[in-house]
Amino acid sequence: MSDLIYRVNMSNLSFKIEEVPASWMGLGGRGLTSTIVAAEVDPECHPLGPNNKLVFAPGLLSGTSASNSGRNSCGAKSPLTGGIKESNVGGTMAGVMSKLGVKALIIEGLPQDDSTFYHLHVTKNNVEFIKVPELVGKDNYFVLDAMLEKYDKKVAVMSIARPGEMKMLTSNISVKDPGGKLRSHGRGGLGAVMGSKKIKCITVDSENYKEVTIADPEKFKEASKIFTKALQENPISGQGLPAFGTNVLVNILNEAGGLPTHNFREGSWKHAENICGETMAENIKARGGKTTHGCHAGCVIQCSQVYNDKEGKYLTSGFEYETIWALGANLGIEDLDLIAKMDALMDDLGLDSIETSVTLGLAVDAGILAYGDGQRAYDLIANELANGTPLGRIIGGGTHILGRLYGLVRVPTAKGQAMPAYEPRAVKGQGVTYITTPMGADHTAGYAVATNILNSGGHVDPLKKEGQVELSRNLQIASAAVDSTGMCIFVAFAALDDAACLPALIDMINARFGISITGDDVVNLGKNILKIEHEFNLKAGLTSADDRMPEFMKYEVLPPHNTTWDFTNEEIDEFWNF
Amino acid sequence: MINITVKLFAQYRENRFKVESRTYAEGITAGDIIEELGVTKVLPLGVLMVNSRHEKEEYHLKDGDTLALFPKVGGG
Repeated sequence: MSDLIYRVNMSNLSFKIEEVPASWMGLGGRGLTSTIVAAEVDPECHPLGPNNKLVFAPGLLSGTSASNSGRNSCGAKSPLTGGIKESNVGGTMAGVMSKLGVKALIIEGLPQDDSTFYHLHVTKNNVEFIKVPELVGKDNYFVLDAMLEKYDKKVAVMSIARPGEMKMLTSNISVKDPGGKLRSHGRGGLGAVMGSKKIKCITVDSENYKEVTIADPEKFKEASKIFTKALQENPISGQGLPAFGTNVLVNILNEAGGLPTHNFREGSWKHAENICGETMAENIKARGGKTTHGCHAGCVIQCSQVYNDKEGKYLTSGFEYETIWALGANLGIEDLDLIAKMDALMDDLGLDSIETSVTLGLAVDAGILAYGDGQRAYDLIANELANGTPLGRIIGGGTHILGRLYGLVRVPTAKGQAMPAYEPRAVKGQGVTYITTPMGADHTAGYAVATNILNSGGHVDPLKKEGQVELSRNLQIASAAVDSTGMCIFVAFAALDDAACLPALIDMINARFGISITGDDVVNLGKNILKIEHEFNLKAGLTSADDRMPEFMKYEVLPPHNTTWDFTNEEIDEFWNF
Repeated sequence: MINITVKLFAQYRENRFKVESRTYAEGITAGDIIEELGVTKVLPLGVLMVNSRHEKEEYHLKDGDTLALFPKVGGG
């Protein structure tokens, strides 16, 4: 059975099932969502208007038995950045869509009657449009429970909560994971795009849940074995991530002076030990819970965890470094358990935990709360944001909007999107990624932290300019390609340091489709994706002036290394010279 | 003699310590301390920092330096 495109039109509640055009055949994940958005969406359209499209595409290897291949991509024009967006997620959706033979799900138009929300139920050759007034005003876990009651437990579910209905720029699209918890298409306000189309939730039922057809099963099995071994034998993906999760980064960034603290005023925080990965792992050991947990079936890295409170009661899972940093060092909350509660709350409300938490860090400068006031921060999310009060709408507009409304200068964003957990003045390669990626400040787009701080793929001095543009460019090209395979970005640690890893990944793609692409083809795929995305942004009205660091980072020195952002515009613009 | 603050992270902490002020003879290198602590017998060295800067094992420590040792770690 060859894969098909499922195209939904919300303007007249209709759908079409189309053959895959030849030029889309070799694409998946980000490569496919960005290609479709660039081909079909007017770059000048309003992201929440009738001409934006919401596109979902599993990766090339999703639905196979390949380790870590369960990432699903979502693309659209972002209401947060005004440019193209791709955000990928674990959970069960990528596998289920692939098993149903859905190469991409494209959602276009807006319903003429916008008095209610719809649930889309996707099955073989069919899309049902179900009005769900009973789910309006409800949050993610309520919707998830309702869907699991209605359908087989294996059905894939994604949904938006109240902030998505209100089209807040901090809203995400939440996806069911194998444990019945939530994962997120987090960044760029994609929940608002789904809300604009009046879609409350989407379920996909593949009816049979067998692995997708493999052109050369023997070759696939062999390559898959090598690939899995590379992930398991790598000290980061095989030992560090399972033991401590992504939160192991708190201490190393803190030690390197690159942990943004108190809205990017300093590079280290004296209370880092309270929130670090080692403390988290100790708590899990003492309280019950799990240090290892996968966000999708087939994950051999298991960087996620189940985190309980002192009484051994479940608090959250998928408790990530970025969220812990943003509420911890950047907003000053020292209580890891309270951070866990806020993480779970943001999951239920479908809020991007980076954008929302960095906005709260900036809200201190606006006089809305004080550093370390975790209770006030919790209440702002649970009451103001969730209910859409005027203050909630302001915070729900994200970091850039809050900064403008309160006349603030120290606003840590690129292309309107809040910066994640690495200080650009102390991890300069990562700063180059933040400002050059077409996505807006995004740490996964080209993870220069690996080479600046973690000694993966060599070492480039994090405090100097030399080599950073080239480093970021190479990583962004590689990430764009990896984001197309359905692979988790953490396979990059093995790919950077183990010569067997990348060839095995390419062999799996070849065996899956019966093709013979080379390493050069993969690099070219990555380059093409970046160029397509950049071109879309230029047509949308972004310019090289949007590839710039916030000015305060150029004149304000960052302790402890007392560095500034010191690149010239020409040095940065060299990024696109490939 | 010189005073060095030694910080250990991730698996290196197990059955050792988080942070300690330790006394060494002058001329000691970061590599000598790694050997003394035996951390790399458990897991290979990932990152070595002295006073928050990446350094190599041959680095000669000075009085008052802070040495931080990490196995290979990653995330994002």
